[in-house]
Amino acid sequence: MRIALSVNGERREADVWPGESLLTALRDRLGLSGSKNACEQGECGSCSVLLDGTLVCACLVLAAQADGHEVVTVEGLAGDDGLHPVQEAFVEAGAVQCGFCTPGFVVAAADLLRRNPDPSDDEIREALSGNLCRCTGYQKILTAVRLAAAR
Amino acid sequence: MSAPAGTRRVLPRGRAEAVPRRHDAVPKVAGRFLFASDLEMAGMLWGKTVRSPYAHARLLAVDPSEALRLPGVHAVLTHADVPGRKTYGLEIPDQPVLAIDRVRYVGEPVALVAAEEPEQARRAAAAVRVEYEPLEPVVDPERATEMPSLHPPGIAAGRGFRHDPRPNVLRTIVIRRGDPDAEGDVSVRGVYEIGQQDQAFLGPEAGLAVPDGEGGVDIHVATQWLHVDRDQVAPCLGLPPEMVRMHLAGVGGAFGGREDLSVQIHAALLALRTNRPVKMVYGREESFVGHVHRHPARIWAEHRATRAGRLVAVRVRILLDGGAYASSSTAVLSNACSFAAGPYAVENALIEGTVVYTNNPPCGAMRGFGAVQACVAAEAQMDQLAAALDIDPVELRLLNALEPGDALPTGQVVTGSLPTREVIRRAAAIPVPEPEELPRESIRLPGGAGNTTRGEGVRRGVGFAVGFKNLCYSEGFDDSCAARVRLHPDGSAEVDCAAAEVGQGVTDVILQVAREELGTDEVVLPDGSTARVGSAGSASASRTTWMAAGAVQLACRAALEERARRGGGEVEVERVYRHPRTFLLDPETGQVRGDRAHVAFAVAAMRAVVEVDVELGLSRVVWIGTAQDVGYALNRQAVEGQIEGGTAQGLGLALMEELRTREGAILNASFTDYLIPTFLDVPPIVSELVEVPEPDAPYGLKGVGEPPTVVSTAAILSALRDATGRELTRVPVRPDDIVGL
Repeated sequence: MRIALSVNGERREADVWPGESLLTALRDRLGLSGSKNACEQGECGSCSVLLDGTLVCACLVLAAQADGHEVVTVEGLAGDDGLHPVQEAFVEAGAVQCGFCTPGFVVAAADLLRRNPDPSDDEIREALSGNLCRCTGYQKILTAVRLAAAR
Repeated sequence: MSAPAGTRRVLPRGRAEAVPRRHDAVPKVAGRFLFASDLEMAGMLWGKTVRSPYAHARLLAVDPSEALRLPGVHAVLTHADVPGRKTYGLEIPDQPVLAIDRVRYVGEPVALVAAEEPEQARRAAAAVRVEYEPLEPVVDPERATEMPSLHPPGIAAGRGFRHDPRPNVLRTIVIRRGDPDAEGDVSVRGVYEIGQQDQAFLGPEAGLAVPDGEGGVDIHVATQWLHVDRDQVAPCLGLPPEMVRMHLAGVGGAFGGREDLSVQIHAALLALRTNRPVKMVYGREESFVGHVHRHPARIWAEHRATRAGRLVAVRVRILLDGGAYASSSTAVLSNACSFAAGPYAVENALIEGTVVYTNNPPCGAMRGFGAVQACVAAEAQMDQLAAALDIDPVELRLLNALEPGDALPTGQVVTGSLPTREVIRRAAAIPVPEPEELPRESIRLPGGAGNTTRGEGVRRGVGFAVGFKNLCYSEGFDDSCAARVRLHPDGSAEVDCAAAEVGQGVTDVILQVAREELGTDEVVLPDGSTARVGSAGSASASRTTWMAAGAVQLACRAALEERARRGGGEVEVERVYRHPRTFLLDPETGQVRGDRAHVAFAVAAMRAVVEVDVELGLSRVVWIGTAQDVGYALNRQAVEGQIEGGTAQGLGLALMEELRTREGAILNASFTDYLIPTFLDVPPIVSELVEVPEPDAPYGLKGVGEPPTVVSTAAILSALRDATGRELTRVPVRPDDIVGL
């Protein structure tokens, strides 16, 4: 089936099969490999994207459900004038190691700060507890989100 | 002229202002960094592996005809299609590329398919008809030595190991020192069990094999060691090594789980057969069965000491379940035995270890590599001994601390840096936070957002442990790292080193060293490839920073000398760095031959605070304070990142991470069922770096990746014992172990 959607502000079309996830459509049909596939069960948050402004795991949304809707991926987070403040802070705080979880984290953290510009540590931990990281132990991610909030 | 040999040049510290940001961080946060699973190429096919559903069975027949008739399918391969050697392995080539006449674990590769679309490949794999005759699986490691052999007897013979003719024994080690029967005033005993942990890296196994049209192949893959991959892949493909070029693709974490081959040979076989690029990517479930795990262990220990607390004798027996294939099991056992007594000086010891083949999932390298299991037992024993003697646990450890000049149970005298007492003192001196008042937010209580308690039934516990591990490969492994440096007339430079960037930041180390040594910021580092430079060795064993820094330093200095000799112009040199030589342990006595079996050591001490809801058995780690012996920290932020991440993995083993198996089959091969620590599980971690330069290492540095993982499981376990008053001899600790149902 053919779907049409807005991805990072651009109108895109794709041929997908009915059971295909939005994640597969983004990665394999639309060439946007920033969203990662690490579990395909909605457990790790590596595929976090915004669907009409709501944070979702792209692996749990059918591509067909996104037909006619707006999707923002990690690739669409940065503006023309450089990285998103959350991305800047991740770089600066050393919150990136292997980086496989990073796209999902920065999308989720940007969503958190949009909803709650001054979160407490507990609020950061809870909001990002759906994103798994195996490298950092989360401490430098916490530092990064605090840093981004402070700016 | 470069600095004369032996002069220690001091690198600029890795503070934010002194060291450039991680060079791959911007592409990673922007979603532009390409991981192995992101690779694609025009005309690419998708490969898929057909795997055994049986832990142990005869393989009677594989019928690809139905799969071959499905749309989009280009090839179905079996062992008959492997043109070269039919088996491979890191130490012992005992693992079939594709099962030949027998399968030995659930998930063993049996056949391969390649198709136009991933979904077609998946359906084709399901359509391959395989006929098995199930056999009784060997699943209990304690009974493995009484069961029929799973591999030809003597498969590990000729390697200088102790002779042990029992069936399914992969290696046995006996370390005997002094008089192991020496009696003390007190004796404590325990039996410990360590569950099977998974590396659970986020980026699944993936690779892209591209035929070169001349019979050779380029393999882009997420791995820890390109050259040893090539040396295993090429013979199986029946190709000379130069026709198999391995290139590092973006690696989404490793932790030991990418030391063994996954998709490398399979993707290459399909690519060479179809003459098309072939991509393979594992899903999460396949990843859990598609790589080796941390060895489950049973450890029997007895510690004897004087009334004053001095260790008199340590007696330990270790049994590791190696699973179906050898992988690096013989070296893991060596480590477990070497560190069975912990970083403590003891004159008398008997340490007996065996690793066996079973039909359980294959085990191999995981961060900590045998020392994790040993530490759980050794530190529990030290806590028990402290309690029996009524001595403060920290004081007991200080009293027995192993320091330079002391000997390990193997007789190896510590000659390098090992500030055990300093590390213990520094960790113990970090102020422990006061208990937090009630009432408080539920996520700051055991049970978290589940809102299971308001504080009733919650007890606090404080634990302490010391972890101890070797740095670099051991026991005579002829380890090396190559680096190639090109100096251009304009003053810029290009450095090649195949050390695998797996997230730990080795590429930043290489750039930092090259810029310092060459005195220029204009240094570029292409991605690692077997086609560009010699072997760097493995990104493992807390060796990579040491070896890569050593090689790059050597090559840079040689390049500068060469340029000075020539008076300028274009210069290109390649140099191979080696650390001090090591020797295999004596197979009869377990005593060191030559001066060392291990190159060097590192120690970490940790205090952990936990809260336990003893009514529900739920636990929460509240705080961790740790001090680690790091030699010299090239990049403080990166070192802290290793400590924090390594601690989190040890926390996982203490509280939640275990692959559960039934008749050899993994029951929880998903992130829904195999839990790794989340943001809510990992507490604030305060880390202190103890810097006593390692004399044998470049800049005095030490590897830092493994000690935090070694120590944290034991430290958290110690805190849980303190909170509950229970022995808690098994990790991960389950709620039932705490409530005692």
